[in-house]
Amino acid sequence: MTTAVVEPASETSSILSRNRLMDALLRSLTRAAAIIVLVMLGGVIISLVDGALPAIKTFGFSFITTESWNPVTEKFGAAAPIYGTLVTAFIAMLIGVPISIGIAIFITELCPRWLKRPISTAIELLAGIPSIIYGIWGLFILAPLLQAYVQPALIATFENVPMLNNLFAGPPYGIGILTAALILSIMVLPFITSITRDVFETVPPMLKESAYGLGCTTWEVVRHIVLPYSKTGIIGGIMLGLGRALGETMAVTFVIGNAHRIHSSLLAPGTTISASIANEFTEADGVMYTSSLIALGLILFVITFIVLACARLLLARMKKSEGRHS
Amino acid sequence: MTTLTNPESQKRYARRRRGHKVAMVLSNVATLLGLIALVWILATLLIKGFGGLSLAVFTQSTPPPGNDGGLLNAIYGSVVQTVIATLIGTPIGVLAGTYMAEYGRNTKLATVVRFINDVLLSAPSIVVGLFVYEIMVQPMGHFSAWAGCVALAILVLPVVVRTTEDMLLLVPDSLREAASALGAPRWMVIQKVCYRAARAGLVTGMLLAVARISGETAPLLFTSLNNQFWSTNMNASMANLPVVIFQFATAPYEDWQRLAWVGALLITLAVLTLNIVARTLSAPQSNAR
Repeated sequence: MTTAVVEPASETSSILSRNRLMDALLRSLTRAAAIIVLVMLGGVIISLVDGALPAIKTFGFSFITTESWNPVTEKFGAAAPIYGTLVTAFIAMLIGVPISIGIAIFITELCPRWLKRPISTAIELLAGIPSIIYGIWGLFILAPLLQAYVQPALIATFENVPMLNNLFAGPPYGIGILTAALILSIMVLPFITSITRDVFETVPPMLKESAYGLGCTTWEVVRHIVLPYSKTGIIGGIMLGLGRALGETMAVTFVIGNAHRIHSSLLAPGTTISASIANEFTEADGVMYTSSLIALGLILFVITFIVLACARLLLARMKKSEGRHS
Repeated sequence: MTTLTNPESQKRYARRRRGHKVAMVLSNVATLLGLIALVWILATLLIKGFGGLSLAVFTQSTPPPGNDGGLLNAIYGSVVQTVIATLIGTPIGVLAGTYMAEYGRNTKLATVVRFINDVLLSAPSIVVGLFVYEIMVQPMGHFSAWAGCVALAILVLPVVVRTTEDMLLLVPDSLREAASALGAPRWMVIQKVCYRAARAGLVTGMLLAVARISGETAPLLFTSLNNQFWSTNMNASMANLPVVIFQFATAPYEDWQRLAWVGALLITLAVLTLNIVARTLSAPQSNAR
């Protein structure tokens, strides 16, 4: 009798303790994995700062403002790549954002139901194409076209317009800042479109129907109801696309021309931070050269981190307010 | 109808209609532009890629300029590095995602990790290459395939973390509660209930991660570098498709450029297939919910 009671009891307690052990094990294992994500971010920052230290010590703040990039005299300045990065990303946004919002409006408001999914999928496939494909396409297909037709036309059109003739001056190289920006604008399309579309779909149908009931046209509904309601989310999506455009490497490296100078013309070759690193890192000899390139990487990481963090905060805020409404 | 007899209102109505028409046409044009870009890129790839496709592509290694050759070493290198990177990155990612959705839900750590992970998800991949160069290539003194794997694994991680968490959160809590009520401990609930319910989603996440890294070039440029010859040594530099495409496409030799297009076609086909498979795997589920 006693043994019959004791035996199951000890068995249960051993099972219980085993379960507790397993639970503690899995909990700490998953926790450790989560912490690895944090450690990685810290590791990236520390290693970049460590690698950039020689350049930062030598050049100080003037690293950001100097244009010269001379491996022979070991005088390095990041002004040209920073300029190239910001300008290409800015132009890409100028072209890409209106198109993305247009596509999102088409998908949510105009498109027949059966076409919705195929078109969304097609646009999202653009995000699946590797960046190197955009690069090779830009170099062999887009750049020659631009060189033969678009750039001469731009130069001729703006020849006598003050200010603008500086932007579109010089021989049509085909490759250069404008070409890189064009490719980037295609690459950011799927990211901005899919977020904008998602945000548009959170607009309460009641609001839209009320506006239609008052006799608004589709455009007026979009302009006065949908866009104001989803403003925060759209800006978040744009920032996310901007983060992508700033950090994009291979597509830009193919078509930017890799010239370390700031040229007033958008048709001239230039360089971006990521293209400089991709082109020169393996060939860089000497501590200062390598370190300057790593310092460039650090600058890029800081810029994109700030932009992406803002994007995530905006999108998170959007999500929260959405929860409040429902 | 009475309002339209008023010329003032008539004018305003015409203006509103015009505005509407213009906006709708622009929206159609925008969609058309996006689709043209996609079709144009894919068509170019198919035409140029299939033109250079031959058996030699899969049986010979990358040639010196002017010689016949294929992409065998690059294909091998890409597959090996992608597989190893996925094997390193996926378990860590699944575990981290599990913590955020199960044990650590609503904790401060999970919130911070989620934020950082989202930022890492779209951080420039070339910076990851620099990071791995600093921690592996420089201390070891030479480029290696292992370094390439680690760089790619770092890119796999955020994708898997994100999808794992999302998919586990989709599992209804009533399932967890039912299992707990039967006396199952937490680890068993996660393993036998949550993972099983979210299996298709977890596989989707992994496929998306593989699709993401198989086209990545920037992080490999200065980690596994490139190798002109057939090599299976993980401690030496190893060829891989993206870097070979980069090198061959920017070189002035026509036969190299032809091979670059073939490589580009192969990668795109692989990546798009993975994307579409992942999409169809997750589609019925998201529709059901």
